Amino acid sequence: MLNTERSPITGKRVQLMATCLCDAFYDDVAAATVEVLEHLGVTVVFPEGQTCCGQPAFNGGDWTASRRVVRHTVRTFAGEDPVVVPSGSCAAMMFHGAVLEFEKESDLPEVAALGRRTWELADFIVNGLGVKTWPGSYPATVAFHRACHTRGTASGEAALALLGSIAGLKLAQFGEGEQCCGFGGTFSVSFPNISSAMGDLKLEHMRAANPDVVVSGDMSCMMHLGGLAAKEGKPVKTLHLAQVLRDALKTAKA
Amino acid sequence: MRFQPIDQYSAGLKADTRASVYQSTKSTHEKRTKLLFDQFADPDRLRELAGEIKQHAIENLDTYLPQVEARLKANGAQVHWAGTAESACATVLKIMRDRGATKMVKAKTMVSEEIELAHFLEQHGLEALETDLGEFIVQIDDDHPSHIVRPIIHKNRREIATSFEREGLGAYNDDPGTITRRARHFLRHKYLEADVGLTGANFVSAESGRIVLVTNEGNSRFCLAATKCHIVLVGIEKIVPRDCDLSILLNLLGRSGTAQDLTVYTEFISGPKAPTQPDGPEEMHVIFVDNGRTEVLASDCREILRCIRCGACLNVCPVYRQASGHAYRSVYPGPVGAVLSPLLMKDKFPQKADLPKASSLCGACNEVCPVNIPIPDLLLRLRNRAKEENVPSPGTPPMGAWALMASQPTAWKAALAGGKLLDYVPTKLIPVPALQAWADKRALPTWRGGEFRKWLRQRAK
Ligand code: SF4
Repeated sequence: MLNTERSPITGKRVQLMATCLCDAFYDDVAAATVEVLEHLGVTVVFPEGQTCCGQPAFNGGDWTASRRVVRHTVRTFAGEDPVVVPSGSCAAMMFHGAVLEFEKESDLPEVAALGRRTWELADFIVNGLGVKTWPGSYPATVAFHRACHTRGTASGEAALALLGSIAGLKLAQFGEGEQCCGFGGTFSVSFPNISSAMGDLKLEHMRAANPDVVVSGDMSCMMHLGGLAAKEGKPVKTLHLAQVLRDALKTAKA
Repeated sequence: MRFQPIDQYSAGLKADTRASVYQSTKSTHEKRTKLLFDQFADPDRLRELAGEIKQHAIENLDTYLPQVEARLKANGAQVHWAGTAESACATVLKIMRDRGATKMVKAKTMVSEEIELAHFLEQHGLEALETDLGEFIVQIDDDHPSHIVRPIIHKNRREIATSFEREGLGAYNDDPGTITRRARHFLRHKYLEADVGLTGANFVSAESGRIVLVTNEGNSRFCLAATKCHIVLVGIEKIVPRDCDLSILLNLLGRSGTAQDLTVYTEFISGPKAPTQPDGPEEMHVIFVDNGRTEVLASDCREILRCIRCGACLNVCPVYRQASGHAYRSVYPGPVGAVLSPLLMKDKFPQKADLPKASSLCGACNEVCPVNIPIPDLLLRLRNRAKEENVPSPGTPPMGAWALMASQPTAWKAALAGGKLLDYVPTKLIPVPALQAWADKRALPTWRGGEFRKWLRQRAK
C-alpha cells in the first residue's frame, strides 16, 4: 500500500484532516497534531466541513455509501496543499482505498489527486519535511504499535525514528509486533469474539514488556486496545504519537 | 443471528484446538520469515516477480493451455478437460473402469478435495486411499482438512493415537515417530495392491509439459512407482510458461509454505514410462479442471488464481489462528479461501459471502504471499459484491444513514453535539447493536464530540 506517486511538498501550509475519531473522542490528539506541526513552522488550515474519510463504509462493503463520503471529502479538501492526517489508516484510505472504490468512476482523477497529497503525520514530518529527530525528553518506556494500514508505507519507520530520538524515551520490544490488534473497523463489531481475542493477545505481548504507555499513530487501534484493557479492569495508558511529540516539546521549551 | 458464523464458530472452538493451530502457524510463519530474509537480499522483490509470472500465465491461458496440451500429448500423456467437478469425477471413473481398476492410491491434492473425488469413487464401489499422512488421518476420521498444507493442524497427537488404535493400527501410542511408522507400514501394502496412482500438480510447464510435484513424505513417488496408471488432477491455473520460471516459484514455495529451502521431494514428470524404463506407470492421464476458474478469471478478483497453495497466508492470519480452518466451511480456508471459496460457488456466492468479512484487513496475508496477491483488496471487492447482491450480513452496521450525515457538515456537527448522551446511558440500554457489540467487550471512550473544533475557535480569538 505504498503511496508512491506522492506530490512533492511546496510551501509550508497544510490542511489538517483531523479524523472522525478525533472529532468525536480524541480532541487532544488533533490539538497535539496542530501544535506539533506549528512547532515545525507549518501553517495548519482546518477545513470546517470535514467529516470522515469514508473508510467505515468502504471496509463494510457499502461502496456506494463510502463514495458519497469520499466525494464530500474531495470537495472539502480542495486545493494543492498537502493534507496531513494523524492516522495511517485514514491516510491509506485516501491514497489506496478510495482509489480502489473509484476505479470505474469518472471522478477517479480527483480522488487519486487527493490521495497523492495526503500524508500520515509521522511520514509527513520525517519524509515530507525531512525532520529526523525530535527535541525534548519523555522519560518513559513506550510500546509502539505499528498500525496495520501502514504496512508497506514509510510511516512505521518514521514514527520509530522520531520516538527513538527523544531523550529518556525507551522503546519496548514485544512479541508478534507485526500482528494486528484486532480492531478492523466494522470487523470489531461483527466479529466481536475474534476481534477481542486478537486484542487480548496483543495486550498480553505488550504487558510482558512492561511499558509505561502504549503509543500508536492510529487512535482506532488505541480505542480498541485501551477499551479492552479498561473493560477487563486492567487499564493501560494509551497515547497517540502526536501527544508524545507535543509533551516532549513542552520539556524542550520549559 | 447477531454475529458472523465464523465468529460464532471461533467462540465455540476448543481451547486445545486453538492452541494447536496457533502454535503451529506461528512457528511456521516465524521460520518462514527468518529463512527468506536471511537468504535473500530482497525477498519482497522476488514475491513481486513471482506474482508477475503467475499473473502473466493466468492472463494468457488461451495461449498456454493448447500449448501444454500439445506438449503433454507429444510426451505420451492423455489430456482431458473437465469443466465441472462432476465431469472431473466422471473422467477419473471412466479411466479406472476402462482399465478394470478398483483401487486408487492418492497423493495430497486440494483439487481432489474440491471435487470430492474420494467420496465419489467410494460411492461407485471403488477404493481411494489417501497416502499423505495428514490426509490419511482425515480419511480414517471421516474429517475434513483444516489447512491447505497441514490438513490436521487442528488435531493433537493424542487424538491421532486414539484414531489409530480404533482403526486397529496398534495399541495407543502418541509418539509421532511411532504414528508415522505405523501409517507407513500400513500404506506400503496398499501401494502394492493399487491399480491407479492419483496426484495433483503444483505446476505444469507449458514449455515442456513437465508436471511438477512437491511433497515431503515421498508418498507420491510410491503412488507412481507401484501403479501402472498415473492420473494427474490439476486446476487450469497451475500452468507456468517456461521451465525456468520454476526456479523462482520453487524457491518461494518451500520457504513460504513449510519454511524449507526446498521440499524433501521435488518431482518433474514428463510423461508415462519410456519403453526403456523398467518401472513406472505405462499410462498417464492429465485432467485439467476448470470448476469455476474461468469465471474467476473473468471477475475483478482474478489475481487469486496466482495462488500456489503455500498456506503462508493462513499461517500469518490472526483470524485463521483464532477460528481454525473448519470455521470457513470450505476446502480452501483462511485468507486465500475467503476469496477463492465464495468465488468458486459461482451463482451460489451468497452462501459464502460471509467469508470475505472474516478479516480485519490487516494485510499480513498480502505481505507474506509468495505471488503477492493483494488479498485485502479482493476481500473488499467481494464485500462490495455481497452488498450489491443484497446478501444479509449479520452484525454489520448499516451505512446509509451514516453516509448521509458524513456528507453534510451541518448534520455531522449536530451529531457530534448529540453523541454526548452516550456518556449517560448504561451500555445495556444502547439501542444500536453495533455499539452494544463494541461495549460488551470494550469500554467506550468518553464522548468529546466537537471539543477539538471548540479548541481551534478559542485559539483563533
Ligand atoms: S494466497 Fe498466496 S500466501 Fe495464500 S496460499 Fe496462495 S500463494 Fe500462499
